[in-house]
Amino acid sequence: MAAPVKSVDKPPAECSPLNFTSFQKKSRSKSLSIPGTRPSVQNGQLLVSSGVTSLDYLLGGGLAVGTVLLIEEDRYDSFSRMIFKYFLAEGVVCRHELFVAAAQDDPDDILQELPAPILDDVAIHRPGEQPRMSCEPQDTLDAMKIAWRYQNLPKVQSALASSSRFGHYYDVSKTMEPEIRQAAKWHRFYHPEHPPLSSGTHSPKLESYSALLKSLRDVIQREGFDLTAPLPKSRNILRVGLHSLGSALWGDDLCCHDNPKNVHALTSFLYGLRALLRTSLSVAVVTVPSHLIQDRALMGSITRLCDNAIALESFKGSERETNPLYKDYHVLGRWDNLGTKRREKPPACTSGTSSELFGKSSPRPQGSGL
Amino acid sequence: MFTELNSILNTSPESFTPGEFILLSDRQSDASFLIHHFLSFYLKARCKVCFVALVQSFSHYHAVSQRLGVSLTQAKEKGQLIFLEGLKESLSVFLPQEENPDHQAMSFLRDPAAGLRSLYEFVQSSVVGSSGGGGASAEQWGPPVLLMDDVSVLLSLGVRVGAVLDFSHYCRTTVCSQLQGDVVMLVRCDGEAEEDYADDEGSEQLMRGLTHQSCLTLHVQGLPTGYCRDIHGQVEFCWKKRQSDGQHAPKKVFQFKVHDKGVSFFARGTSRAVL
Repeated sequence: MAAPVKSVDKPPAECSPLNFTSFQKKSRSKSLSIPGTRPSVQNGQLLVSSGVTSLDYLLGGGLAVGTVLLIEEDRYDSFSRMIFKYFLAEGVVCRHELFVAAAQDDPDDILQELPAPILDDVAIHRPGEQPRMSCEPQDTLDAMKIAWRYQNLPKVQSALASSSRFGHYYDVSKTMEPEIRQAAKWHRFYHPEHPPLSSGTHSPKLESYSALLKSLRDVIQREGFDLTAPLPKSRNILRVGLHSLGSALWGDDLCCHDNPKNVHALTSFLYGLRALLRTSLSVAVVTVPSHLIQDRALMGSITRLCDNAIALESFKGSERETNPLYKDYHVLGRWDNLGTKRREKPPACTSGTSSELFGKSSPRPQGSGL
Repeated sequence: MFTELNSILNTSPESFTPGEFILLSDRQSDASFLIHHFLSFYLKARCKVCFVALVQSFSHYHAVSQRLGVSLTQAKEKGQLIFLEGLKESLSVFLPQEENPDHQAMSFLRDPAAGLRSLYEFVQSSVVGSSGGGGASAEQWGPPVLLMDDVSVLLSLGVRVGAVLDFSHYCRTTVCSQLQGDVVMLVRCDGEAEEDYADDEGSEQLMRGLTHQSCLTLHVQGLPTGYCRDIHGQVEFCWKKRQSDGQHAPKKVFQFKVHDKGVSFFARGTSRAVL
């Protein structure tokens, strides 16, 4: 091993007696080191995992912070909901903050259905336990004679070691334990709880979307995710999950009429969402019941306003279920928007209209991500 | 600035034809790399640039322009670049706060059916200010240039096609005819050209109207055969009027590949992967 290198700013006399060396690693990079994120190898953007490892691969490493992922729901909202929950569960495991908005189900119910993470190699964080890091030497029985440099490290990692891992696996047959879930900080927006205000502006936006945008902006500014304001010392990512936007329960008639009255309400909202996300440390997943929207041009403009878009088509109940080509798979995913922020290197296996199969059914109930 | 594109267009930062309306369009593809090219091209040509960026943040263009050798923050400080960040200003319209003054340029979002007058007034004040002879301290820049990225998002925000075409006509009159500058706009289209979608008449109409107004069109498309790792698409160049030497063919097609620091253009079938 190299001899200990003198640190640049501390004279040797001031070294703490327990530091056997005065070596200090000079960290040159000023990049944010937020747990659960990693920089992209292509352009250095900060990426978070979407919860589904194969989806991360298709997205070019993960979801870029500041972008929106659009999921066009499948017919029964089964797989889009599952990906939605995976995204939120990944946020809980990585200790990110969550913002969940829904009009159909109470966000509390959505959070209770999150899949259980598989963390069998790491001890689960129990808030009551004292961490075993102590400065005084251990019992003589425990005193290390050979590897004495590791004497002062804790014996068991008492925190979720999620910062070292990017992307986790989940067991869909079990729900997340309440202790893990309650350790997460989250914010909710349940549309029936927000009665329409009487606003004087006759903008094309719907009041439900305006209230949602305002609530999201307030959370971002209050909790310190805004990049334009001075950031707090410990930074975190806000994961925004917006469920079933455009459906009739939000007050929108996009899915009900051929010529809807508020044609541009959802697109204006998505534009405002994009504006909010670009200036904050957050990432959003939005699901839209596109199979109910008749206007293909409108779906095209919705898709273009989001940075990434995938469309899901479940095989259940369709004629593809009996097609032998698809017998191992549950759902067909179609890539609609490659994402402009990473245009230099498109992902390895998709193009604007080609399809990508994922959703393998596995004989074991645990472990396989979608 | 992509040197190969300059040679195809027969221009350079030192000499380019003034008074042109260049239309960048794409269909199921992404032509925004061309916007980065023109932005760095005109900044290097020492023109005064007014950039209306409606879909991405300033830091995005700044990061890409740095790779192309141009610093947007420096250009902004020197007064060469006037940057309208549509996303940021739209938030102050969507979520008005009492302490923030109302930004004029995006105030059309409050009532999009009424038209784009406020946006045009912003453009006019930015480009006219340059040729209005500043004081001794102001540097003299070249002809003004208007860049817009992208125009079709205005349709998503509720503006009518006619209003956008009026706006582009006003900009063309002011910048190209009166001030002998250039206008570059990006318009995006979604559907297939052959099929006659009744519902997509908005963006198709807009693309056709803008193509009619322009004198040079660069149309970006994906390859008709699908995805290819080495060829990212094809660009179709269409000149309206004859070039000064008179030899130009009115239409040319090139294929391109986007690299980290530039884009390479090559004739069809001469990609490095094939040869």
